[in-house]
Amino acid sequence: MAGTALRRRLTWQIATVAAVCDETATVRTIELQLPDWIGHRAGQHLDVRLTAEDGYSAERSYSIASAPGEPVAITVQRLEDGEVSPYLTTELRAGDELEVRGPIGGYFVWDADGAASPLLLAAGGSGIVPLRSILRHRARSGAVVPARLLYSVRSWPDVIYRSELEQYAGSVSVTYALTRQAPPGWTGHRGRVDATLLADVAWPIGREPVAYVCGPTSFVETIAEGLVGLGYPARLVKTERFGGAGGP
Amino acid sequence: MDALDGNAIGGLLHEVFGTEMTTATGTCASCGATGPVAQFTVFLRAPGTVARCRTCSAILIVIVQAKGMNCVDLRGLARLEAA
Repeated sequence: MAGTALRRRLTWQIATVAAVCDETATVRTIELQLPDWIGHRAGQHLDVRLTAEDGYSAERSYSIASAPGEPVAITVQRLEDGEVSPYLTTELRAGDELEVRGPIGGYFVWDADGAASPLLLAAGGSGIVPLRSILRHRARSGAVVPARLLYSVRSWPDVIYRSELEQYAGSVSVTYALTRQAPPGWTGHRGRVDATLLADVAWPIGREPVAYVCGPTSFVETIAEGLVGLGYPARLVKTERFGGAGGP
Repeated sequence: MDALDGNAIGGLLHEVFGTEMTTATGTCASCGATGPVAQFTVFLRAPGTVARCRTCSAILIVIVQAKGMNCVDLRGLARLEAA
């Protein structure tokens, strides 16, 4: 990352919606055209600002779902009592405009260049979004670091990017934890991620792994504490918390 | 209201400081704990934006937006160093 890029001003710009795509019943991916985008790193987010006719405005942060080099996309979960997400997931159409600023963040990012540590990715609910950017970045860059994904979600229909994750079979080991409801014949993990499952999925500490954990605050706390308990140094457990709503 | 973390105020801090700040290192003036801003405990509408120490819960940063200005209180931080 060049120093000049880090020192740039963060200004609001107008994005045009290029396409929308429903991922689940309550989750939608929104692809944006951003003429002044400087490019992003996997794991970063952007801020969206909506302004009402009376001048009232609301800002929210959304993780970027696409890889560096791809058109910018965000994936938004509809919160029924939300101020912003119902508009983004039900009203917004291709051709509409949004105020956006970004990319934002430098902590919860992963760069394929020089990456050597095995990746442990843990997502709760829509915490999968920045991890999907990381997985795409890894695939597009040809990085050979092994990766495992632990994905906790309420039920099978709530799995975001399901078909894309299936395509990673063979190159990324994906383990699901279904916390509320499992389909008939489900042989995977049911219930929240527990210490046994985490120990099964986590790379042995001797392989010097790095972990990225994103999801509702309680999920992140549980996983991060569990990994530290398994011997992961806290500095190698990168965390991003997005609050309580919409979690697994 | 749920506690978030410093990643959630990356945009606001960039606006205030003019640079990426989630990777900056902060030192708590109360307990001396040191860590990345991304790991501060953050409340977005407290009212105002409040960042607390993850170790001792002392208030580190308060930012209140009023009349188009950001009022920034950093008294809870002994040090804040950009990466």
